[in-house]
Amino acid sequence: MDAMLDPTVLQTLWFFLIAFFFLCYFVLEGFDFGVQMNVGAFWRRGDGTRGTILKTVGPVWDGNEVFLITGGALLFAAFPEWYATLFSGFYLALLLLLLVLIVRVCAFKWRDKVDSLRWRTAWDVVHVIGGVVPALLWGVAFGNIVAGVEIDQNHWVTTSLLGLLNPFALLSGVVFVLLFWLHGTLYLTLKVDGRLRRDANRLAGILVWPTIVAGAAFLLWFQLAHSNSPLTWIPVVVAAAALVAVVPLNRARREGSAFVATVVAIAGASLTLFGGLFPYVLPATDVPANSLTVANASSTEHTLTVMLVALVILLPLVLAYTIWTYRVFRHRITDDDSPAPGSQLLEAAKQSYRNTFEQG
Amino acid sequence: MEALDLARWQFGITTVYHFIFVPLTIGLSLLVAIMHTRAVYAKDPLRKDAWTRMTKFFGSMLIVNFGIGIATGIVQEFQFGMNWSEYARFVGDVFGAPLALEGLAAFFLESVFLGLWIFGWGKLPEKIHLLTIWAVALGTTLSAYFIIAANSFMQHPVGAALNPETGRAELDPSQGSILTVLTNVTAMAAFPHVVSGAWLVAGAFLTGVAAWHMVHHHRRARALGLDTEEGQEQHLAARDLYRPTVRFGVLAMVVAAVVLVISGDFQAKLMFEQQPMKMASAEAHCETSSSVPFSILTVGGPDAFSEDCDGVTHLIEIPYVTSILATNDPFAELQGVDDLNAQYKEQFGETVTDIHGDEVAVDYRPNLFVTYWSFRLMMGLAAFSGILALWALWVTRGKGENARTTGSRLFQWFAVLSIPMPFLANAAGWVFTEIGRQPWVVHPNPDDPVVRLMTMQGVSNHPGWMVLTSLVAFTLVYGVLAVLWFEMMRKAALKGVPLAKRDPETDELDTPTLSFDY
Repeated sequence: MDAMLDPTVLQTLWFFLIAFFFLCYFVLEGFDFGVQMNVGAFWRRGDGTRGTILKTVGPVWDGNEVFLITGGALLFAAFPEWYATLFSGFYLALLLLLLVLIVRVCAFKWRDKVDSLRWRTAWDVVHVIGGVVPALLWGVAFGNIVAGVEIDQNHWVTTSLLGLLNPFALLSGVVFVLLFWLHGTLYLTLKVDGRLRRDANRLAGILVWPTIVAGAAFLLWFQLAHSNSPLTWIPVVVAAAALVAVVPLNRARREGSAFVATVVAIAGASLTLFGGLFPYVLPATDVPANSLTVANASSTEHTLTVMLVALVILLPLVLAYTIWTYRVFRHRITDDDSPAPGSQLLEAAKQSYRNTFEQG
Repeated sequence: MEALDLARWQFGITTVYHFIFVPLTIGLSLLVAIMHTRAVYAKDPLRKDAWTRMTKFFGSMLIVNFGIGIATGIVQEFQFGMNWSEYARFVGDVFGAPLALEGLAAFFLESVFLGLWIFGWGKLPEKIHLLTIWAVALGTTLSAYFIIAANSFMQHPVGAALNPETGRAELDPSQGSILTVLTNVTAMAAFPHVVSGAWLVAGAFLTGVAAWHMVHHHRRARALGLDTEEGQEQHLAARDLYRPTVRFGVLAMVVAAVVLVISGDFQAKLMFEQQPMKMASAEAHCETSSSVPFSILTVGGPDAFSEDCDGVTHLIEIPYVTSILATNDPFAELQGVDDLNAQYKEQFGETVTDIHGDEVAVDYRPNLFVTYWSFRLMMGLAAFSGILALWALWVTRGKGENARTTGSRLFQWFAVLSIPMPFLANAAGWVFTEIGRQPWVVHPNPDDPVVRLMTMQGVSNHPGWMVLTSLVAFTLVYGVLAVLWFEMMRKAALKGVPLAKRDPETDELDTPTLSFDY
């Protein structure tokens, strides 16, 4: 029992590297989810506005999602037992998540490929689902990971799908949705202009309150009931302070700072969850000895070393060109978001579509 | 059906489906990068105009295709954990590494730079913008390399040892570790084969689509009369716009074919050493013998292919060819399915322990019918591409003012019909190599057969209904997406490219910008 709770330095490092990838994924893809939810929030503004909203993440969402794909593969390489138990154990939830992630990619890539309002509207519905459902499911999944599930001696999860839908995990899901929605709304205030920018600002001012309440309840519950370390009080306090800071920053229209505040809040929440989970990776609630831990779920020291060398070489490169991409596309998207009545807006959107797609 | 069979069906369906889009993405990203380069560096404004339009034209189809390739790829990675958790536990220490490297080295590259390429027009300097599509092409090819390295570990494990304490395969520093895994001779043979297969897909795609439009414009020109201004315009569209693309596609197919044949031959010889059962099954070669002929047509009763190898009848054969394929020696002796089966039973046991700890009887023969026919389909379907390439070269012969185009309806339809053939050949190739490896998921390396796992030992412990649920859900969603994908590709392909127009005052061409957008 003691050996399984006593990871090596390398195992510990890898645990926090995995945490880093999920942290990046939540911070980056988090605003993509939020932006997609806002397709629903601003639904009645019509096709043109919905297109503008989606354009704000057009060049970057794909790269953001790769943090999940690569994070998942790194999880496989560094902690095969964790990967195998988690992905087979959360089978049906993961199935639903995958289905939504699949159609969501198609919504991004295909929405503007056919010049038909019905076509675009259908994909906009997919966008709303593609924003809400993954956020909710990630929340539920992480709620269950940190709180633990029932695991037998083969490291097979025996908790059923209904068992995964417990109050703590559901609250976790709600917090993820609210936090990403707020995050995406603040991202919008940075990337659009005119009326939409003002309305996003107003929406963020409303959203921040339930986010603070639910977020605080969730983090306190986690810290008191499930965290394995008093040290995670630090990120809890940081995340809470950052969320509260959104209120004045958003009111003062300090858009950049407000967005940074939700970045800090998401990062703080991720650190709380991963930090409080350590030294476990998936606690067994019924028989503690069946728990998966950083020490007993990892690859060999040799493989961890090999992967660390690869990561040290490749990750700086990835981060460099990702940051460069954000710099290239740092400008606001203004072209077709004018305070014109709906019909003109639609016409403007159609015109811009023609300009970009039709040749000659 | 049991969970094992359902999980195998699901892996087969999702993988073959994923690999409809992947080869087109790998091949087309390279061909579009080359066309984009020709557009950027062309001196003649007419040529520049033509290649710019073609880059946009095929670029828009590349984007549609890219999306669905990425979307279906997510499932591939997660599926190893969902349905094959015991496999993941057994090989994770080795197998996870190439997958993670794929993410770090390839996925970020292709996703980030595709976004830059699509949205970067006007925001990036011309030559930097050109580099972004080359980064995409590099990313897609690298991704193929890492996934082939991972797959090759399942075909021929190297660089790993079995840890008796954990019962798992682990990277072995004394055998060269990850470098040995990444330079596995099986991967070195398979990688050029898979990538050239992707070039063939994209080359046939380019040729097929461009040939359709070339014939269309050729016929329009003749209908309007070459002496009319409009007829002349149509004639130029066929000759200056589509004909170069047809020939470019043919060039890609020819290069692909050369690499395919050389790497395929090498791979076959390797496979006779590494997985003799797979190759014996590919020939329905039952008893060990020398001077083995190559079977063109073999038939058998309903049970012959699965139950009793000797029940098959070889109807058409070419003498000595299989022995030559295997060893370059026409008189070489090759082991037959039945002898290999007996030999494996002796070596690996009549029974194995499944995931529940039960001893079950095993048969070391793959499904003969599927292995035999997928091997022939893979090679046979490629013949379409050969005919298309020769035919297209012939009808577009000549140079400069004498450069020919054709109005042949037959050629037009054959070109279109040839587009799906390399896709199917690719699928058949994967079905062959994966079904032919059964019942193993990690086939023992004949030099050191310690690291090995049977498919039934790799499956997750799920009730059948759960796997059935996901099988049905994926198949339905994939089916709908396939219809949408096909419709979008068809529409995009039919749309064609408008002709360049000259400004009457400045005499400049209205070459479009290379912008795309969502």
